[in-house]
Amino acid sequence: MQFIESIRHLVGTIIEQFPIVFPALNEGFLQTLKLFVITLVGALPLGLIISFGSMAKFKPISLITRVLVWIVRGSPLMLQLMIIYYLPGLVGRNIWGGGEQGRFIAACIAFILNYACYFSEIYRGGIQGVPVGQQEAGQVLGMTKKQVFFKVTLLQMVKRIVPPMSNEIITLVKDTSLARIIALQEVIWAGSAFMKSSHGIQGQIWPLFFTGVYYLAFCGILTLLFGYIERKLSYFE
Amino acid sequence: MSILEVRGLKKSFGKTNVLKGVDFSMEEGEVLSVIGSSGSGKTTMLRCINFLETADSGKIFLDGELLLDAADQKKISAAEMRKKQLNFGLVFQDFNLFPQYSVLENVTLAPRLLAREKPDFKTHRHELYEEIDKNAKAIIDSVGLTDKLNCYPCMLSGGQKQRVSIARALALKPRVLFFDEPTSALDPELTGEILKVIRSLAAEKITMIIVTHEIDFAESVSDKILFMADGVAIEQGTPEEVIRNPKNDRVRAFLQKLQDN
Ligand SMILES: Nc1ncnc2c1ncn2[C@@H]1O[C@H](COP(=O)(O)OP(=O)(O)OP(=O)(O)O)[C@@H](O)[C@H]1O
Ligand SMILES: [Mg+2]
Repeated sequence: MQFIESIRHLVGTIIEQFPIVFPALNEGFLQTLKLFVITLVGALPLGLIISFGSMAKFKPISLITRVLVWIVRGSPLMLQLMIIYYLPGLVGRNIWGGGEQGRFIAACIAFILNYACYFSEIYRGGIQGVPVGQQEAGQVLGMTKKQVFFKVTLLQMVKRIVPPMSNEIITLVKDTSLARIIALQEVIWAGSAFMKSSHGIQGQIWPLFFTGVYYLAFCGILTLLFGYIERKLSYFE
Repeated sequence: MSILEVRGLKKSFGKTNVLKGVDFSMEEGEVLSVIGSSGSGKTTMLRCINFLETADSGKIFLDGELLLDAADQKKISAAEMRKKQLNFGLVFQDFNLFPQYSVLENVTLAPRLLAREKPDFKTHRHELYEEIDKNAKAIIDSVGLTDKLNCYPCMLSGGQKQRVSIARALALKPRVLFFDEPTSALDPELTGEILKVIRSLAAEKITMIIVTHEIDFAESVSDKILFMADGVAIEQGTPEEVIRNPKNDRVRAFLQKLQDN
């Protein structure tokens, strides 16, 4: 009986506080979304450039890019965030300032760099996965290099890239919560603020738990979207 | 006059000399089969003549005129090389069809792209494409795949794939059509359909060079046989000469071994 009473009490609290908590979480989630979108916009092209670097015939370039990829993929994103945010201040050049904007830019840089390295490996796999025979067949049919790329290999690369890329992008959604370590006010930060005090509410943990709903909904939408793209590309193998 | 003449074709990969000076020539409408043991350089020779590899030296003549001196290949612009390329067609051992395109699209892709370079493309695009499609459908029909026109390569058997790839090469009307072991990626029961297609092309006087291990087929379809060993064409002549009365001991040994198997 006491259990039912507690549930009733909790539901009552949630209903009462929801109009205050919801906008605050939305604001945090907006920041999460911004970080997500900017990371994609930066890391998708940068990853392609890095993948070209790692495949370069000129050895020093491919070596340097591969070492970079190894460092970035071989260490925790959380650590990279802290290094990028705190290191400039440590050497006497606090380029980020103290505000939310500086933290946001630092987070974007760390995320873009980190994800570009992961993406570069995915691109590399996709590009190298297309058999050379495809390019040779195009060449003996008198196609230009450009035509071979755009008309023959590109779509085959995309097909190979989409599944691992969708995994990585869904991981990114959840990884954005790591930015909290440098106090970026994303959705988990906004949720956990209610544990102390925020918007006149004190000592409530349910808003933090509720942030999970945002991630689930967003990842669900992305899963549907990528599933759709994969289905669109499933007519050939 | 020979339609194709190859003189002193040499190619090495690093320290391995794969082609050590190949010479041969053939007349228009002829079928030349290339035989020889594995690793003798047959594929490499085909790839050099089709510009997929850059030969170290050697000359290729088309209709008696110099088409390419290998020594110049690196200096020639990509556009020039493409023009030269279009004299030849190559059918690969493992088909290399474009998986994202239907049978018809595989055959029309290259001709459509070429049509873009015609001066009247902007004004006559529709007619040009229609002509290309009509031609492609006729070729696809001639290899017996009309009912597969809109199928994708993943829906076809190996033999059907190889027939599409033959149609794809034919659509550009190459002067010489090359085959690199067109049946060796196929199940034995499917080789027949490919050999039948090649035979019908021979009857139409399509000039062909065929690398093959099917000696009986080579003997019956070819005007000339070229035997490769260690990067050299050690014997060439009519099937009668090369297969029935080989002069060279290595040819004899090779044919003997095939018979024993
Ligand atoms: N890209 C390459 N790099 C290095 N060596 C190569 C390369 N291509 C071919 N070779 C070598 O050249 C030699 C001839 O190969 P090639 O494929 O031309 O022989 P082939 O006569 O076609 O043999 P098969 O009957 O087995 O197809 C082989 O020893 C092979 O290892
Ligand atoms: Mg071979």
